[in-house]
Amino acid sequence: MEGHIVLKNVQKSFGPKQVLRGLSVSVKKGRSLVVIGGSGTGKSVMLKCILGIIRPDAGEIRVGGESCIGLKGKDRDAFLARFGMLFQGAALFDSLTVWENVAFGLIQGRGMARHAARDIAVEKLSQVGLSSDVAALYPAELSGGMQKRVGLARAIAADPEIIFFDEPTTGLDPIMADVINNLIVDCVKRLGATTISITHDMASARKIADDIAMIHKGQIIWQGEANKVNVSGNAYVDQFIHGRADGPIQMDVLKA
Amino acid sequence: MVLGTMAETGRIALFARDALLQGMMPRYYIRQIALQFFRIGYTSLPVVALTAFFTGGALALQIYLGSSRFNAESLVASIVALGITRELGPVLAGLMVSGRVGASIAAELGTMRVTEQIDALVTLSTNPQKYLVGPRLLAAVISLPLLVGIGDTIGIFGGYIVGTRSLGFNEYAYLKNTADFLHASDVTSGLIKAAVFGFIIALMGCYHGFNSKGGAQGVGRATTNAVVSSAILILAANFLLTSLLFGD
Ligand SMILES: Nc1ncnc2c1ncn2[C@@H]1O[C@H](COP(=O)(O)OP(=O)(O)OP(=O)(O)O)[C@@H](O)[C@H]1O
Ligand SMILES: [Mg+2]
Repeated sequence: MEGHIVLKNVQKSFGPKQVLRGLSVSVKKGRSLVVIGGSGTGKSVMLKCILGIIRPDAGEIRVGGESCIGLKGKDRDAFLARFGMLFQGAALFDSLTVWENVAFGLIQGRGMARHAARDIAVEKLSQVGLSSDVAALYPAELSGGMQKRVGLARAIAADPEIIFFDEPTTGLDPIMADVINNLIVDCVKRLGATTISITHDMASARKIADDIAMIHKGQIIWQGEANKVNVSGNAYVDQFIHGRADGPIQMDVLKA
Repeated sequence: MVLGTMAETGRIALFARDALLQGMMPRYYIRQIALQFFRIGYTSLPVVALTAFFTGGALALQIYLGSSRFNAESLVASIVALGITRELGPVLAGLMVSGRVGASIAAELGTMRVTEQIDALVTLSTNPQKYLVGPRLLAAVISLPLLVGIGDTIGIFGGYIVGTRSLGFNEYAYLKNTADFLHASDVTSGLIKAAVFGFIIALMGCYHGFNSKGGAQGVGRATTNAVVSSAILILAANFLLTSLLFGD
């Protein structure tokens, strides 16, 4: 069976800088893939390529068996309506209130009435641990962690079939991080959604992943089931999950 | 340098084409359109009114001083009216609004770009051209002529105040002179210019905002570019339009 989301040999450069160098990965329907990897290795770029926000230079991207590179107009709208995305920096609309942010896809994308959308928004906010008092505030009035949770509520608001979480727990305290982990697990189970999450947080990765893939220098160097990550036999993966400074992955920092 | 300018012109033209195509097709974001009318049109009123008033007054003084050398003081009223409606009204309003509105559009959209809010719009099935650019273009193209219409009136009034209070013109004669010499085409040509300037201001603000990159510094650069390029384009377009509308 072909995966729900399949990337084959995807390449992307920005000017002279090669970011994705023949990246291939696939996720089966209803499964949760966690992508781990160092900073600047192209994880966020990979998600944006799938969504068509960034156009890859070469390679193939298929969602539900259909190629999705270069979609236009109505096809693209229909394609995007299947996705929810939590951005790394939350990317909340600062001119709109919290609930309007969460309800945005429902009101603008699906033409739902505002009061109905508001009820759903408040409901989704409570799922991410935010009370209804927060609904009328503006994003600038929230802490970073609260913004992240609003972003999460917005990503799941329309019950999408595919959800991307770009560093969902970064900037949250450990308890809230675990609440969010549970929520992601729950989304996958309840909605049957296919998800790709990006994280540096191994505790979170272990909790939400069915499968784990490691990206290094724009390629997937290891992919396997989550419980195999400790016995991957891959030196890169070992170094990453144990957070060692010494190993095959060299950080570009000046050594004293 | 020349190639760079041509490439940029091409990109702006493509951006404008996309914005027009996308903006004309449904959906229409009524709330956004109303909001932009308020921000671009209504909040620019005081600036445009003050500029017009003082310009009208100064114009009356200058023309009086000049025309008195030829004993042609009776021309003051009509030349003030012509100067305001044909040239100064639209050009000064265009420049003032580009400083206010063009800059704020570029800063707002630029911030949305660098904080990934524009990407987020896309993932929520909303076309940023339709949602962000269309309403701003529409509001600017319609607001500017309205602003200029009001500005024209206030500018002529400024000339009238100076003319009657300090230059000693008869009130009735001044108004009659204004009305007799002013043709409808003088006013409409100014309003046509204003619509074009509105388009330029919103287009430059949106284009530079959309293409800003690299954090706060990039947004700052986008804002400067939006104001400078729209000011230059307004002056150039004004020259072109003047020769088209009045040349024969
Ligand atoms: N729009 C862009 N233009 C130019 N370069 C870009 C762009 N987007 C990303 N890059 C570059 O691509 C590389 C990968 O970026 P990406 O955001 O995917 O990293 P990441 O793996 O998500 O890292 P992190 O864990 O720090 O978020 C970076 O070096 C970045 O400078
Ligand atoms: Mg990232």
